[in-house]
This record gives sequence, C-alpha cells and structure tokens, in this order.
Amino acid sequence: MQIYLPIAEISVNVFLLLGLGGLVGILSGMFGVGGGFLITPLLFFVGIPPAVAVATSANQIVASSFSGLLAHLRRKTVDLRMGVVLLIGGLVGAAFGIWIFNILREMGQVDLLVRLCYVVFLGAIGGLMFIESLNAILDTRAGTPPRRKHHTWIHALPFKMKFRTSGLYISVIPPAIVGLCVGVLAAIMGVGGGFIMVPAMIYLLGMPTKVVVGTSLFQIIFVTAFTTLLHAITNYTVDMLLAVFLLVGGVIGAQVGTRIGVRMKAEQLRILLALMVLLVCGKLAFDLLVEPSERFSIGTLEP
Amino acid sequence: MIRALCLLLVLSWPGVAQAEDLVAGLSKSRISISANFDGSEILIFGAVKRAAPAPEGQIGLIVTVEGPKNPLVVRRKDKQANIWINSAGVQVDGAPSFYAVNTSGPIDEVLDEASDAAHRITVRKAIQSVGDPEDVADPSIFTDALIRIREEANLYQLNVGAVEVSDQTLFNTSVALPANLVEGAYTSRVFLTRGGAIVAEYASIIDVEKVGLERFLYVLAHDQPAVYGLLSLAIAIAAGWGASAVFRYIQS
Repeated sequence: MQIYLPIAEISVNVFLLLGLGGLVGILSGMFGVGGGFLITPLLFFVGIPPAVAVATSANQIVASSFSGLLAHLRRKTVDLRMGVVLLIGGLVGAAFGIWIFNILREMGQVDLLVRLCYVVFLGAIGGLMFIESLNAILDTRAGTPPRRKHHTWIHALPFKMKFRTSGLYISVIPPAIVGLCVGVLAAIMGVGGGFIMVPAMIYLLGMPTKVVVGTSLFQIIFVTAFTTLLHAITNYTVDMLLAVFLLVGGVIGAQVGTRIGVRMKAEQLRILLALMVLLVCGKLAFDLLVEPSERFSIGTLEP
Repeated sequence: MIRALCLLLVLSWPGVAQAEDLVAGLSKSRISISANFDGSEILIFGAVKRAAPAPEGQIGLIVTVEGPKNPLVVRRKDKQANIWINSAGVQVDGAPSFYAVNTSGPIDEVLDEASDAAHRITVRKAIQSVGDPEDVADPSIFTDALIRIREEANLYQLNVGAVEVSDQTLFNTSVALPANLVEGAYTSRVFLTRGGAIVAEYASIIDVEKVGLERFLYVLAHDQPAVYGLLSLAIAIAAGWGASAVFRYIQS
C-alpha cells in the first residue's frame, strides 16, 4: 500500500515506514536511546529528501521521548533543575544549528555537514562506549570492583549551583555547554542527542545513572520540539504524515524492545549499541571516502 | 495584385495551407494527488485530418508530456582532502520536473534538427539554457548528468515506437506518470511530422494537484507554518502520551 507524502512529495510504502519506525523503536526500547541517529540515515536510504528527513525525525523524537519522560516523572528520576540548565544551552545551540544548516543548504554542503557530523560523533561515542563496556565485561569476569570517580577540573569552575536530585554541587558552565553542543547537533543531524548527552552526563558531570536518562529525555523533548518548529517555519520541511507512520511503528517497536532489553545484561546491551553505532559510522565514512557511483546530484533553487 | 493577395490569404489560413491537421484528445485533463496516489496513466489519442490524399514523406507522430519547470542546480562531487564533497555546480534556469517523449519511430527519422530546436521537443532542448558559469570548463556534462539521473528515476522518458499509428490516420499512446509527481500545470503536445518537418501541432493542459488531506497539509505548512509546526508537535505528544497510557492499561 503506497502513500503520497505531502511535504516530501514522494510516494512510499506504508509498511516500509511502519517497519522502519518499528525497527528503530525496538532499538530505542532496548538501549534507551531516541533512535534519531538511525532513523535519519534510514530515511535518506528510502529516498526522503535529507532536509525533510532531518526535520521530520526531530518531530518523531518528541513523540517517542514523551512517553519515556512520563514514566520517569512518575518515578521522580528527573533532575528538573539540571534539565533547565541543559535546556537553556540546548535552545541557544538549536537556534545556532538551524542557522548553520540554512547557510550550508544554500551552499549545497548540507549533506556533507550532516554526514561529517555523523561520522565524527558516532565514531567517537561508539569507540568510547565499546572500550568502556569491554573493560566493564572484562572487569566483571576478573572480579575487580568498578573504579571510583575522581574530582576533575570540572569541579573548579565558577557559578556553582546545587542540583539536589543529582546530589551535585557544580558550576553551571559544563552542563550549559553540553546542552549547547547537543542543541547544535539536534538541529543539524535531526537527532535528540541522547547518545551524546547520556555519556557526557555520566562521565563529565558525574550525575548518578538513575537520573541521567529521565533528565536527558526532559532536555531532548524541548530541544527537538524547538527544532521541529524552527524547521517548520523556516524550511517548511516537516512532513506530518511521514511522522505519524514512523510514530505508530516506533511506539509498538519500543514496547517489544523494552522486553528484549530487560533480559540482557547492561554491559552486553552497551557493547551491542556501541557496535551498531560504529557500523552506521563505518557505512557513512565509507561513502565519504570511496568514489560515489553517481558523482552528480540535483539541488533545488528557490524560483 | 488580387491574385497575390489571394495567395497570401491561402498561405496564412491554417486549415487550407496545411494539407493535414491534427485532432487529439486526452483521457484526463486533471490528475488528483490523493493520499493513496500511486502514479497515473494518461492516454493520448486522435486522428490526422486531411482534405486531400496523404502527401509524400514519411509520417511521424510525437507526443510529449511536460511537467512544470523549476530552476535547479546540478552539483558534482570532487575529491578534496581525501573525501568526496560537492564542489563544482551549474545552475539550470528551468528544467521540467517530468518529461516524456513518445514517438512513432526512431527520433532522427521522425524529427529533424531544425524542428527540434524550434519547438524544444527532445529533453535536451526542453531544458532551458544553462547559464554560463565562470569556474566550470564543460557545462554540458552537467546537463548530461541531470538527464541521466532523471532518466534513472523514470522522470525523463523517451519511448521510441510508443505511438501507434494505423492507416496513417489514427494514433494513440499512453504516458505513465510516476508516483513522485510534482504539482502544477503539465503540458501535453502532439506533433505531426512529414519527413522530419512539423506540419501540425496540438497542445493541451493537464492539471496535477493535491487534493483532500494532502492539499490541506501542504497549504497549511506553507501558509501557516507556525500553526502547522505546533500541530505536528501536538500530534506527536498526543501519540506518545496515548501509547504510554495504552501500554500501562494493558500491563495493569
């Protein structure tokens, strides 16, 4: 069954969209990530124009994160104060990201920017996560206790603030910068940024793991909602119909994924996620480095 | 003097001056893009009307269907600092979003170069002149690439022998429009040629437009982008909340 998407102006198979949404939903349920970093490249692959793919996946992330945030709010595992600091950075970053996105779109380099961002960030995060989880698995086998966190330069910065839920007393500068970077990425890559923010919160800010996911979801919802609006207003590239089909698949997939995730160990999950991130990164890097089969591409101009 | 005037009148009067004329029709003059739009087919048919017996020369029929023209830019990737990035680009003033040419025989037999240039019939002529870029040595390879990419996507078609002609009089052909159509006014033209030269021409418009939900969303997204953006978010949040509520209900 084909459906014509009004904004992407392309006709695609409904079950393909539901399947894509479902696949990403399973992964996000298993690993607790938004899945934006997977859905955007997959949409490119289906033939959705990159600008529409980026804007629409931002809209889809709002939906998939919202049900997650509700669950975390009920369990009181959201550090609202930290969330707001991250959010302020995030909104500034998102506005900045949209600005860069539009300049590069006019120059015809948006594709390169998005791909480069993916390669660099997926490579770095995937690599770190792989090494870290491999060490964790080896440590558990060897029976050594997990290492304790140390005080770093982070704790020496000014403008300190108490974050009671996280049990932290640190400067607002690092969280604001983390938020800013994630905001820029959300706008450029069409991702929520959970896969960057979660490690940053644990390793850089030293937040307790139980509040990390809820707080990052809180920040992600507002930042991606803001990016969706900005893309809708400046580029008219949010495809509501596309988002709805991805959503339906995603919601069902997430429930299946959560059930699979419960049966696996945390380190195993992390190493699988790391491998998947590295795989996506490798594919994108390969495309950049190897001569493309079609060297020419067509871009639209405003009449 | 009077004889000369009469001759002029006869020559300028189309019905008399041309020994042959075209009568043509389309199976539809309007295509609606609804949510389940999956491409469409147009039948173009007609007859050659003539007062006298058929003249000398090989008969040829050419049918074109052309989508709205848009300016675009064709970019080429080049290797810079070890990665392939878009470098050179050529602007095209107007390239049809869709272009099909159906002919009754090989294109060089049914159409001569001069008629093609005058009526912009083949796809290469239909693409409006490429502006002169300073930094690109050979702009024609960019036009070649544009045609190649759109031919692969089935947006540019050349169907040789697709026009059926019977008894040098009746003809019919069909053009398949793909699912990823762009809205706008499409032009269908029919040319009758003798020995490659055009002797009669017929043109008609096909309106392609989104209808129903497609139209509503498209118009809203462009006229009220803020409302549209907020609506997208509201739907997303409602879906997320609804899903969590449903699954909690199932679990309890």
